[in-house]
Amino acid sequence: MSLLEIKDVIYEADAKRSSRILDGLSFSVEAGEIHALLGTNGTGKSTLAYLIMGCEGYHPVSGDILFEGSRLGHRPIHERARLGITMAWQEPVRFEGITVNDYLTLRNKDADTAELLALVGLNPALYGLRMVDRALSGGERKRIELASILVLRPKLAILDEPDSGIDMLSTKDIINVITAFKQNGSAVLLITHREEIAMIADRSSQMCNGRVICSGDPAKVAEHYKARHCGVCSGLECHYV
Amino acid sequence: MSELDDIMRAFGEAGGHQGALADVNTAHLVASGHSILSSHSVEGLDVQARETQDGISAKVTVRAGVKLKNPVHMCFGVLHQEGTQRIEMDVRLEEGSSAQFIAHCIFPKAEKVRHIMDATVAIGEGAEMRYSETHYHGLSGGVEVVPKAMVTISRGGRYFTDFTLTTGRVGKLDLDYTVDVGEDAVTELVARVFGHGRDGIHIRDKVLLTGKNARGLIKTRVAIEDDAVAEVTGITEGNAAGARGHVDCMEIVKDRAVARAIPIVQVNDPGAKVTHEAAIGSVDKRQMETLMAHGLLPEEAVDIIVRGILR
Repeated sequence: MSLLEIKDVIYEADAKRSSRILDGLSFSVEAGEIHALLGTNGTGKSTLAYLIMGCEGYHPVSGDILFEGSRLGHRPIHERARLGITMAWQEPVRFEGITVNDYLTLRNKDADTAELLALVGLNPALYGLRMVDRALSGGERKRIELASILVLRPKLAILDEPDSGIDMLSTKDIINVITAFKQNGSAVLLITHREEIAMIADRSSQMCNGRVICSGDPAKVAEHYKARHCGVCSGLECHYV
Repeated sequence: MSELDDIMRAFGEAGGHQGALADVNTAHLVASGHSILSSHSVEGLDVQARETQDGISAKVTVRAGVKLKNPVHMCFGVLHQEGTQRIEMDVRLEEGSSAQFIAHCIFPKAEKVRHIMDATVAIGEGAEMRYSETHYHGLSGGVEVVPKAMVTISRGGRYFTDFTLTTGRVGKLDLDYTVDVGEDAVTELVARVFGHGRDGIHIRDKVLLTGKNARGLIKTRVAIEDDAVAEVTGITEGNAAGARGHVDCMEIVKDRAVARAIPIVQVNDPGAKVTHEAAIGSVDKRQMETLMAHGLLPEEAVDIIVRGILR
């Protein structure tokens, strides 16, 4: 039994078939693995993340999402979180009046915030008492979000483009954090469109046009992705592999 | 137990620093109803306070060049169920002085209480005043709070005020501050209020950026629930070259509560710039989803978001 199993999921933004974003998508994530999901912009990667997390307005038209063998159905977000699923949004939202230390200890008051901040490359002395508000840069906010879900020790962490907005020099920090999830025993669904980030995964899948078109060894999937073998990506008639 | 003991106990329960009132190096003024229960001054600070028919009148002066090391603590309140307390304050910070004032206003049993504050504040050239006022009300909603202030800031002066009413029922609040900001002077007006039941909240902040390069910020954070009503008016006028102002109002609404925000920005000099932002609505969906993805229940998430904006 896979930790997460997506079975033939169809999702449409509204009732019209022309708004179909996920088109019979199937794939799985195993416990404890880093599974990269590669795809160009607009292929439905973030939509899939919202469906797994159970965000408002995101329910499949058909198909199933199973977690540890059970259908997630219409469970609300907090129930999914308590099952062990969590998510770091591509652009984390800001909060007024909540310090970084408070944010990191939302669910675990004993968390070592200094250690968490250091792990994501932020100086605890400079950041612990700052607010999680607009004064933080996009990259700083993103690192804090990663730290805040790392401390939860989830069974499945969905990371939606954790590298976006992070400078190239700091990519190593982000890779270290992703690796830390695995060391904690968490599985990671790593959504990205950068194949070099995906190379740290145990397995990869490539999405195109609302479907997973190939899965397997990260190097091979990355090669496939880079070469734009998918017809939709290369502008040719699509032939799923 | 004396009235002073009573108000000191309420002051402590409301989070006030009782030790500060016994410190000879810290000035204070304590009044219950229209009785002055205790006062103490320090060098460089003149306080002339007297009892009036329905409250107190105080003239407070920080002498030129004096920078008060410790905050001046003030504690006002009505401990009975009914009563009126009118506070008349005339505060002057002379040239180059600086002082911080911390006021606690306590009405724990109020059923029918009026608390009126009429303040005139003059900030001298290069002087700085920080004033924070925190209210502690009971749960009956029987308080009417009417704080009014007229503030003038001379060249290079700074005036910061922070009004907080987030504990207990608001009752009726009618806050009205006007600040005239001189050349190179700065002001920040912050108000945080949490309304419940049938509370009525009316906030009107006005900043006149009169001098060249004057700076002003009005920041208001209001959360209301049940059948509470809030109206927030933030007015900023840019009347001189280089003046910069901003009005920032956020109101979170739950249940049947009704909120209104009226930002008024006016520029009378082409070299001035005034901006505003106002957000009214229920709790932000993305914030809720983010906290729930951390495993918080919806009601826990709302509580954290509301307490955050009122912090």
